[in-house]
Amino acid sequence: METTTAVKKYTFKDFTSDQEVRWCPGCDDYVVLRSMQKALPEMGVNKEDVVFISGIGCSSRFPYYMSTYGMHTIHGRAPGIASGVKLANPNLSVWVMTGDGDSMAIGGNHFIHLLRRNIDLNMVMFNNEIYGLTKGQFSPTSLVGQKTKSSPYGNTQPPFSPGELALGANARFFARIGGNNPKDMTQIFIDAHKFKGTSLIEVLQNCVIFNDGCFDDVTDKEVKEDRQIFLEHGKPMIFGKNKDKGLVLNKLKLEVVTIGENGVTQEDILVHNAKEEDKTLHQMLVRLEYPLATGIIRSFADVTLEEREDALTAQVKANSKFKKTDDLFFSGETYEVK
Amino acid sequence: MITTKTILQPEVLEAVVVRFVGDSGDGMQLTGTQFTDTSAMFGNDIATFPNYPSEIRAPQGSLYGVSGFQVHIGSVEISTPGDNVDLLVAMNPAALKTNLYAVKPGHTIIVDTDSFTKKNLDKAEYKTNPLEDGSLENYRVIQVDMTTMTKEALKDVEGLDNKSITRSKNMFSLGMVYWMYDRSLEHTVDFFNKKFKGKQHLIEANTKVLNAGYYFAETLELIPNAYTISPAKMVPGTYRIIGGNTATAWGLLAAAEKSGLELFLGSYPITPATDILHELVKHKHFGVKAFQAEDEIAGVTSAIGAAFAGDLAITTTSGPGLALKGEAIGLAMMVELPLVVINVQRGGPSTGLPTKTEQSDLLQAMYGRNGESPVIVIAASTPANCFNFAYEAARLALEHMTPVILLTDGYIANGSAPWKIRSVADMPEIKNHKVTEIKENWSPYDRDEKTLARNWPVPGTPGMEHRIGGLEKDFVTGNISYEPINHEKMTHIRAEKVRLVENNIPELKTEFAESGDLLVIGWGGTYGSLHSAVKQISDEGYKNIGFAHFNYINPMPKNTEEILSKYKKIIVCELNAGQFVSILKTRFPKFEFSQHNKIQGLPFSNDELVQQFKLLV
Repeated sequence: METTTAVKKYTFKDFTSDQEVRWCPGCDDYVVLRSMQKALPEMGVNKEDVVFISGIGCSSRFPYYMSTYGMHTIHGRAPGIASGVKLANPNLSVWVMTGDGDSMAIGGNHFIHLLRRNIDLNMVMFNNEIYGLTKGQFSPTSLVGQKTKSSPYGNTQPPFSPGELALGANARFFARIGGNNPKDMTQIFIDAHKFKGTSLIEVLQNCVIFNDGCFDDVTDKEVKEDRQIFLEHGKPMIFGKNKDKGLVLNKLKLEVVTIGENGVTQEDILVHNAKEEDKTLHQMLVRLEYPLATGIIRSFADVTLEEREDALTAQVKANSKFKKTDDLFFSGETYEVK
Repeated sequence: MITTKTILQPEVLEAVVVRFVGDSGDGMQLTGTQFTDTSAMFGNDIATFPNYPSEIRAPQGSLYGVSGFQVHIGSVEISTPGDNVDLLVAMNPAALKTNLYAVKPGHTIIVDTDSFTKKNLDKAEYKTNPLEDGSLENYRVIQVDMTTMTKEALKDVEGLDNKSITRSKNMFSLGMVYWMYDRSLEHTVDFFNKKFKGKQHLIEANTKVLNAGYYFAETLELIPNAYTISPAKMVPGTYRIIGGNTATAWGLLAAAEKSGLELFLGSYPITPATDILHELVKHKHFGVKAFQAEDEIAGVTSAIGAAFAGDLAITTTSGPGLALKGEAIGLAMMVELPLVVINVQRGGPSTGLPTKTEQSDLLQAMYGRNGESPVIVIAASTPANCFNFAYEAARLALEHMTPVILLTDGYIANGSAPWKIRSVADMPEIKNHKVTEIKENWSPYDRDEKTLARNWPVPGTPGMEHRIGGLEKDFVTGNISYEPINHEKMTHIRAEKVRLVENNIPELKTEFAESGDLLVIGWGGTYGSLHSAVKQISDEGYKNIGFAHFNYINPMPKNTEEILSKYKKIIVCELNAGQFVSILKTRFPKFEFSQHNKIQGLPFSNDELVQQFKLLV
């Protein structure tokens, strides 16, 4: 059901609600909020058609701070609720706002099934490797050995890699972005909106209170250009302050090489193909620790659940003799009592 | 090929109970359904109940692989599938062994003697052959070499393999039963023509075997007389035989059409509720969106999402699933969205008795959520009125903007009965609270004065963007509020909203004595059993017994107290340890309630109820 209503013009202020934002000062959540408010006017969507659905956790307060439709639901269940919203009205732009605990611990089952189905909605996962709202317990992405309120002697549970989990669940769109990078984050949100299918965006979000600096080794301004590779579809996988480092495939592993050394030229560097169906290389990129891959790692356009459902419904409707329920109720084995 | 019987003048009976039992692969469900449909078209009142093994493909001939179908037909009002069996058709030793208990002494058993082989007797754990050892001497046993005669009847039909031949012996037994109860073969022959369209050899084979059974019974001196059951007095109209789960699904379809909303079902397979999902997924032509979710929780949460977006939202489940959905139902109550939750009750607790019936989820439906979270609770009471109450659940959810839990149970969900077809045009109106016009100081929590239902602005409506959530909200604005007095006020508002539903439901009715010595109270799926027991006592001359059956549990009908005060004694009958009576005791402390409870996974039997009530009158 495509709407023909002309899209209104907005600025970020149009998406700001009257509610006072209650995140801790300095939290990356503010960056996500502002990036979203800036991205929405660029998406070509009417405000009344935007819905934010969240679960429970710091990140899940997000819908209250947007002036769109929204629902702050229960822990881990936002994917189910968002799926219902989208299937009920496919014209809506639906966003799930979630955290590492909300999406991968209590909501882990819904998370993988959402990705498997490929409903056209977007999920922003604020990964801070900690439970913030309950004041500092280890999460499914906390590191082994990490000392938290519930692991005072060090965490003994090995973590999930969100990207690997997502690709394992057949995510068609996966992006990763630092929580201190509003410019690229804004563009990724716009691209996720445009992508038909489920988009997952992992935000490396610093928790200033309970896990401060957890991503500093890759997101800090001083090091990020050397420690991150920002991937763009169709462009060579080059990174580094001097743009002289690149990725090549050496047997079954990605390898960092320096352009101009050992006879390596730019021609040798891999070109990023986010749209490739085969996810082998995307999985390697997701796993890479140095450099950490950011940007849109995978963006494979596949049939969405709604497209499959719509096609079936049209087919059934065309072939059915039932137009109204009365046609069904009075069909088949009926009999008269006089 | 179709004959009418001319030889004997059949004896007229008021009602009869027939049970067809055999191996899972013997086609007993089909045989029973055919006998049911033929009798329905003849004009009898009917109630049926299937009994399948839990195993999908149990080993042949085993005791736990027995599948059965019971049908009660009458010229009088039939309200249950019956307790005792007048005719048992047993296709093998295991079927005989597991069902003999239900046959009244002196009544008839038809057996296929060909299946009473050493191997099958061993599998049924018979030490001696019951057909030979005298253990059946209190019954009238008709021994028929059914397999042999089926083969004989089909010897000239070409294109049949051995398996197809043996499998059609169920039609031999059906032919015999048709003759015994003076039924026409016409409906079943029509059925063959439709079912096997284009497969002429199968039409011919099944028709031949059906006829062979019929003629065999006619000429068999072992059947000394036959019976007939005259048509019942039923309200004129167009009828069909309908099962409870189908009726539930159709009630929802009707509600969607009447309300002008699209139907969304979020569900996860669970016995005995899955057939509602099976039925609704068929109806994409009505725009039904049926979503099989990854678990019970996603079933209900997807429905809540659909309700937020403006659909008529449904989730279906059984006891354990309702437990999993509890938190989300609390959310729907808190955000005040319309949601229909259908719980087809089965034996609990935990996994319990998945294929058996019970009424033990009532308190879970009432209270099974954290915090103060009242919801509307209603219950269907017969297979056919599952239609009405599914429709009613949708109507109340939409008109009152709150979750409604509809309780049915395995007994009425799997049972079937005649349904006088309701056209959607004749169903009550369904209003909803959708809004598009923005008023000054508008809030999503603006309430209807009469019902306290909030309005229902849905995403896509310009200017009505708003946020809702599970946190407590301000009475006026709907924004998050931790203010103590506001929380108490909102708690009362949500309770009052449910209480006010009493103005939108019918009064409680009594049957039989309007006042007197004893009031029998029931709720939900026990209606048929209780009604027939009270009727029997009343017919026997005890005129001071009345019967009140509840379909509306929360809230209860307004006149409940008035009804209770008209009788000296009250007995509350339930298939649980006393859940509804505990609610009644709290709500109406001045009355004394006695109770009759059964927790065996089985419906009430007529005898046990009659005996119990007689002690009190």
